[in-house]
Amino acid sequence: MTPKVVRETEPEQRVQLPPAAPAADSYRPNRGTPLNLDWVEDVRANTSAIERRAQTLITRRTVKKEWQAAWLLRAIACTDLTTLAGDDTVERVRRLCAKARQPLKPSLMDQLKIHELGLTVGAVCVYHAFVETAVRALEGTGIPVAAVSTGFPAGLSPLAERVAEIHRSVEAGAREIDIVITRAHVLGGNWHALYDEIATFKDACGSAHMKVILGTGDLMTLRNVGRASMVAMMAGADFIKTSTGKEPVNATLPVGLVMTRAIRSYLQQTGMAVGFKAAGGVRTAKQAMEWLFLMKEELGRPWLEPSHFRFGASGMLADIERQLEHFATGRYSAGHRHPLA
Amino acid sequence: MTVAEKYVTMEYGPALEDAKEALLWLEQHGRSFGHFIGGEWHAPIAGESFDTADPSSGEVLATVAQGSAADIDAAVQAARSALGPWQSLSPHARARYLYAMARQVQKHSRRLAVLETMDNGKPIRESRDIDIPLVTRHFYHHAGWAQLLEEEFPGYSACGVVGQIIPWNFPLLMLAWKIAPALAAGNTVVLKPAEYTPLTALAFAEICQTIELPAGVVNIVTGDGRTGEALVAHGDVDKIAFTGSTEVGRAIRKATAGTDKKLSLELGGKSPFIVFDDADLDSAVEGVVDGIWFNQGQVCCAGSRLLVQERVYDAMIAKLRARMDTLRVGAPLDKAIDVGAIVAPVQLERMRRMVDQGVQDGAVCWRSNSQLPEKGLFFPPTLLTNVHPSSMVAQEEIFGPVLVTMSFRTPAEAVELANNSAYGLAASVWSESINVALDVASRLKAGVVWVNGTNFFDASCGFGGYRESGFGREGGREGMYEYLVPTWLKNAPLLSSEAPGAKKTEEGEEDHDVLDRSRWDGLDRTVKQYIGGKQARPDSGYSFPVRAADGSLLGESPLGNRKDIRNAVEAASNAEGWARTTAHGRAQVLYYIAENLSYRRSELAQALGRSTGSHQAEREIAAAIERIFSYAAWADKFDGAVHTPPMRNVTLAMHEPLGVMGIVCPEDAPLLGLVSLVLPAIAMGNTVVAIPSERYPLVIGDLYQILDTSDLPGGVVNLVAGRPAELSKVLAEHDNVSALWYFGDAQGAARVKAASIGNLKQTWTNEGRAIDWFDSTQGEGRMYLRHATQVKNIWVPYGE
Repeated sequence: MTPKVVRETEPEQRVQLPPAAPAADSYRPNRGTPLNLDWVEDVRANTSAIERRAQTLITRRTVKKEWQAAWLLRAIACTDLTTLAGDDTVERVRRLCAKARQPLKPSLMDQLKIHELGLTVGAVCVYHAFVETAVRALEGTGIPVAAVSTGFPAGLSPLAERVAEIHRSVEAGAREIDIVITRAHVLGGNWHALYDEIATFKDACGSAHMKVILGTGDLMTLRNVGRASMVAMMAGADFIKTSTGKEPVNATLPVGLVMTRAIRSYLQQTGMAVGFKAAGGVRTAKQAMEWLFLMKEELGRPWLEPSHFRFGASGMLADIERQLEHFATGRYSAGHRHPLA
Repeated sequence: MTVAEKYVTMEYGPALEDAKEALLWLEQHGRSFGHFIGGEWHAPIAGESFDTADPSSGEVLATVAQGSAADIDAAVQAARSALGPWQSLSPHARARYLYAMARQVQKHSRRLAVLETMDNGKPIRESRDIDIPLVTRHFYHHAGWAQLLEEEFPGYSACGVVGQIIPWNFPLLMLAWKIAPALAAGNTVVLKPAEYTPLTALAFAEICQTIELPAGVVNIVTGDGRTGEALVAHGDVDKIAFTGSTEVGRAIRKATAGTDKKLSLELGGKSPFIVFDDADLDSAVEGVVDGIWFNQGQVCCAGSRLLVQERVYDAMIAKLRARMDTLRVGAPLDKAIDVGAIVAPVQLERMRRMVDQGVQDGAVCWRSNSQLPEKGLFFPPTLLTNVHPSSMVAQEEIFGPVLVTMSFRTPAEAVELANNSAYGLAASVWSESINVALDVASRLKAGVVWVNGTNFFDASCGFGGYRESGFGREGGREGMYEYLVPTWLKNAPLLSSEAPGAKKTEEGEEDHDVLDRSRWDGLDRTVKQYIGGKQARPDSGYSFPVRAADGSLLGESPLGNRKDIRNAVEAASNAEGWARTTAHGRAQVLYYIAENLSYRRSELAQALGRSTGSHQAEREIAAAIERIFSYAAWADKFDGAVHTPPMRNVTLAMHEPLGVMGIVCPEDAPLLGLVSLVLPAIAMGNTVVAIPSERYPLVIGDLYQILDTSDLPGGVVNLVAGRPAELSKVLAEHDNVSALWYFGDAQGAARVKAASIGNLKQTWTNEGRAIDWFDSTQGEGRMYLRHATQVKNIWVPYGE
């Protein structure tokens, strides 16, 4: 009864169409492009339709049992374990780094039989003041340190200072720099100014990976999010990132859809792949799964790797640990059974 | 495979919904069901039964009864006995039962969803998140109508016993769409679920028992097409409501033509999905997914014809192809499946055949690379490009996950392509410009238009089609009217087949009478047909004598034939710009008609009086002038509505004209009858071909002179005198006539209904009952306006 799947009939009749998406191995890291205002103007974002897609996407996909465990582990690998609080101290950061090296307790690793994976988080994300502490604490693990920079979170200090901040963090050993944009450039439609600002930061980052925080909660409309995403990618962003975690609204799935679609569009036009980071507001294992579904559905398998996808989160790991223990033991777990971050 | 390996592959893995409760329910019934008649389960009288199976596995789920004519008869009798007591309940009491149904469906939602998915093959996500919640919503909403019945529908009564036949694509939802309004309006019901998917209807029967619905109010008889035929043919059924294929709809129209059964039909579609170059293409792609790959494309309103503006055509197709590869086809109970199983082998076969034919005709076929399960009935999501309006696959409903695509250059061309269809059920319009979207929405021939979305449904918003997609609406106020009749009409006396006082001249009868020429100063008076704003001699070259009650000759009327009708319909069709005249503009013309009629009052009274007697002539003219005033007044007041379904959206329920209407006027009031029917039609923007009463067709000679001097554009009203029996059949068969009103005897009504099946035009007749045209409750008002319009629901979600 199974119909034979014929991919396509009679290729000679095929109308001339661009390829759907480049093959995974042809993806190149982003080198940026000159500012193309057409790409900015072409951005369309129908809010109602995007909200519907976000709502139904997460009801169309689910993972159970071993698959669920695997996906939860994947969320850990893609996490930028983050502390960005006013009361951060050296010891607090060291504790976070220890957790980053060993995100799951050994007994749970045994039960899951995943020692071979060498599971760690994607990065540790701190203020500049703690970059050196973190770099030392993570020595030998390969876990990169990310520094929030450029007048985080508002991004309104003088440009020279913001650029200097990047230089200092890179010198201190940060391999990833999370910069914030001047939201006023987006709200005012000053695309040249936005492009120049981000390109300047990129230049300052040198070989460090640059994640561009759009502050989507401040941009208000999804169209603004889409336009800012395009400008950031053209200006050389390695990642585009939703939020600082300090805006009133942080990472939401509709915003994620607009940004991932922008990444897809940029990829199709340039062949260059930009990463995505969802930051702020992601606290539960369930939310983590939703974001992973979104990445796989909208961008594909490569965006389930830490090279292309990150969560910015602090509390989410604890919930994932509990869920994994439930999978391993069949009993609901308790927070105090897992080592603190 | 270990967790570590899965960590590398990052596949989804199986995620099956537990079917335990649904299976337990089947076991509790011994996997065998009878009919639900009079509140109890009955074995089929003829003892026949058949199996219903899970299309994804072929596994038999249960044995159900094959309904015979005797079973149907028992069910109709049960419904008939239950009718009186049900109607004697207060509206509030009926509302409580509908509320209980809503609550029961809600409380057992998962079992019903699982059962639906097992029986039908649709993904559990859809039955769980879409079908069942909509069922609940429908019962809640109609509990409301039941409660408000007397206040909102004064002067209306329930039809009586209603026969309902529903399809297999949304089994429980279609049951709710049928049963909820019927019960809310005070009807009792015999429902036949589809042969492939009877289980949730049987589960619903059990809900009726649980809530102690009075026995016989809802009866459910399972079976195949023969059972449906028996229900349609039953003499004691007052209304038939059908959802299904256009082919079967036609057969039902024909079968019920000779009866006064009220009829509503929700039929097929080939709905356009129009994407403009300023649309959010990624969102439009998701719209396509929700349109044609929802329920395996087995949806009457599926957006199956994709029309894309040339500038973005390639980009849109590329995005679609990429998206198709992320669709997961497989076990319907898997919670992470997008496309489930096809309901039956015959449907699968039809899809294959039609796609093969399309490819043979030159279409390029692209299929998703989804892995199909080894067994079960599955069809991959399919995209056909290089398709033209002349391609079979662009015109015929495939009823599967198959999308055909075409491009267009301008909004005007988009509308032209979209309307190039025998159907007119639904349409989607995608544009970020409100100007483009609403302009196009207003010009589409479709009962439902979704702007930047697709397949939105809600109990408060009417659903139903134009053209061969059927007639009648489900949901909302307009849906309630389908289950109600004016109380006075129900009780009106039957017309005798011979109108009082009329003496018809048999054809070929010798005629040696002499006209009393003194009345026109000895000059011959010639009445012609009135077509396209011009007086036209009848094509036949014949005239027939018109006589007074005493048999004396009043004059000669042109004898119209099929070519006069053809010309008149052509003229009416060319005058469709009338629909775009503002309502205020139409009102002015109507007032002017009244003014000119008043001016010629005495002249007309003298002429009409010779046929009707001067007393009636005076009364008719006075009433006609008042009636014209009424419809001039109504022209800009019979507004639509704005609905607020539970989402961030406005639904604009627009009253639109039907197009070209044929009107066969009553015998008993030659002037007032004609005015009472033609005026509401043109007030709403229709154009009309009217056949005047055979008793005194000469009235048109006076009337067209009045129309001519009243600024009525040529072709808006066309008057063709002749033999109504003959001319009405030509009108009924004409595919460019959208609706036919027939106000004559019952036999004539049966004739036009039977003849209307070509394009399934809606017919409205007096069911052979006498209407007192002088009584404004009977001869005037909203009922006429409602029949002169169709509701188009335009859904406009908003938000930035």
